[in-house]
Amino acid sequence: MSGSDVTRDGVRGARPGREAVPGAHAGRRRRGHGRGERPVVPDAEFASYYGTPVLTKPPWKPLDIAGYLYLGGLAGASSLLAAGGQLTGRPGLAAPAKLGAAGAVSLSLAALVHDLGRPARFLNMLRVIKPTSPMSVGSWLLAGYAPLTLTAAATEVAGRYRLLGSAATVAAAVLGPAVATYTAVLLSDTAVPAWHEGYRELPFVFAGSAATAAAGLALAAVPVVQAGPARRLAVLGAALELGAFRAMRRRMGLAAEPFGQGRARVLVRAAELLTAGGAVLALCRGRDRRLAMAAGTALLTGSAALRFGVFHAGVASAEDPAYTVVPQRERLAARGG
Amino acid sequence: MGEEDGMGDGAEDRGNALYGPQPDVAGASGYPDAPPRVGFFTDTSVCIGCKACEVACKEWNAIPADGLALTGMSYDNTRGLGADAWRHVAFVEQRGPFGGPEPSAAQDDAGDVDVFTAAARISPASPDGGTGLRWLMASDVCKHCTHAACLDVCPTGSLFRTEFGTVVVQEDICNGCGYCVPACPYGVIDRREDDGRVWKCTLCYDRLGVGLEPACATSCPTDSIQFGPLEELRERARARVAQLHAAGATDARLYGESPDDGVGGAGAFFLLLDEPEVYGLPPDPVVTTRDLPAMWRQAALAAVSLTALAAGSFARRRR
Repeated sequence: MSGSDVTRDGVRGARPGREAVPGAHAGRRRRGHGRGERPVVPDAEFASYYGTPVLTKPPWKPLDIAGYLYLGGLAGASSLLAAGGQLTGRPGLAAPAKLGAAGAVSLSLAALVHDLGRPARFLNMLRVIKPTSPMSVGSWLLAGYAPLTLTAAATEVAGRYRLLGSAATVAAAVLGPAVATYTAVLLSDTAVPAWHEGYRELPFVFAGSAATAAAGLALAAVPVVQAGPARRLAVLGAALELGAFRAMRRRMGLAAEPFGQGRARVLVRAAELLTAGGAVLALCRGRDRRLAMAAGTALLTGSAALRFGVFHAGVASAEDPAYTVVPQRERLAARGG
Repeated sequence: MGEEDGMGDGAEDRGNALYGPQPDVAGASGYPDAPPRVGFFTDTSVCIGCKACEVACKEWNAIPADGLALTGMSYDNTRGLGADAWRHVAFVEQRGPFGGPEPSAAQDDAGDVDVFTAAARISPASPDGGTGLRWLMASDVCKHCTHAACLDVCPTGSLFRTEFGTVVVQEDICNGCGYCVPACPYGVIDRREDDGRVWKCTLCYDRLGVGLEPACATSCPTDSIQFGPLEELRERARARVAQLHAAGATDARLYGESPDDGVGGAGAFFLLLDEPEVYGLPPDPVVTTRDLPAMWRQAALAAVSLTALAAGSFARRRR
């Protein structure tokens, strides 16, 4: 560049320091560059820094965290089926639901510890109680809930201490719904657009998804004569999940777009088809043992697909600056800023 | 890091609103006789892109090397803030209203760039000697928000508010859950992969404790990075904007200085010469925990709904 004509613009001799004034003829901003190879929001014109993301995407491993969202829901809603089965005299329903809840929560705890950067320090989760941290609240919830499900399952298997087992089953059913829905707050309480913007409906999506997963497990494992509540829960859960999910995507605006793109799109589509199909099959043909198993498998898979779809949509929305910049620009414009 | 003070453990949010102005941020975190809140005013209009701040920060805080790669993003090969980059100098090349031919047009058939040809094509295109090019440089850093989402969501109490009103990670507590990473509306904090814990600017907490300025501000040769009590910096910044506007630089604007913004005002704020997103900053960040009470309410409603669905599934049999 030597020999070029970049001038110093009136600062000869004296060092300008912090009072230096840049050229009065400032340049125009470059707009809409660096959008990368994915034509995600073709119409939105916005500036970015070489297309780099504004946010840092969550460092979580999909299998651990999306898997945890799924298993936590499965466990929480299974505890409800377990308590219901116990209270209404359906041991064939209660037993697998108890075992399912205990197994799912054990696996999910393993996934959570595995995902930590310092797994040996997992007990630091119980160092403080912070209502502002959904992860802190969730840790304490799980610390109360997991022993209850394990107690319920252990007494079921052992066939002893039935009173203790009943108490644990009912207590687990009280905490179970919170375990199933707090995970929505866990995701929403971030700057990730596709997670935060859905905070009103996401807990209901997860509640429905938890219900279909637990109903699916019961349909697959419970004799048809005692699986009536599971069939009805499958239908009600599917309606809640799919309805809330539709409503969420409609209301989110631009931040809903990642649900319809890439890996998230495939997962979410699969989730909707499997959940709706499984629920219809359970309702119409749930008294056929083999078809009930097929319906249960579809519901279990559908619930998992939904959680992974939501997870991947969030990551995608964090990786693309459009989802951060464009809605914030629109917000400023609406305020007249 | 100097976290001898047990004050930060679990007391971060006592009496503190989740959103809106908070004039006594240290007091709200449990420091009755806190010193004045300190911060950075980064005046990008005098940044010369020397990266002394990046180097001083790395040296003082013993941040490990994070690889060497040429990004093609002007002189920026740091890319952005992260676990191993607590200061980051952004470089933005802009073509002004008098724009000449693109230097990159000087490619030969083999695709190689002849830098001399390219340089020759950057010619003064306007009578006043301007080149039609503008080079923006800005040293980015953790904003040390008044309402810090990273601190709010940290489940271990590892992130805490210092007596200076800054936000610091206690590395002996952090278990690497990574929740603070997506919570930050600026994408500042990140997990160090081989270490497992999260790291970010401490505003040189150890130096503040003994009356020193942070390393980056000390090393900045043009006073682009100014350190001091936040109130004083805000006043100085407003005067600086007025000075620039009077000189015709009407693009100058402050970013993050207002206590009325979405994070209650940043402890580290900036004077920019273009829109924030041009520098990779969010134009209107809002702390995610503003909506947390509503989120808990919705989750509670959803939990009750789930219980009702299950109850309904059992009850309908009795018809």
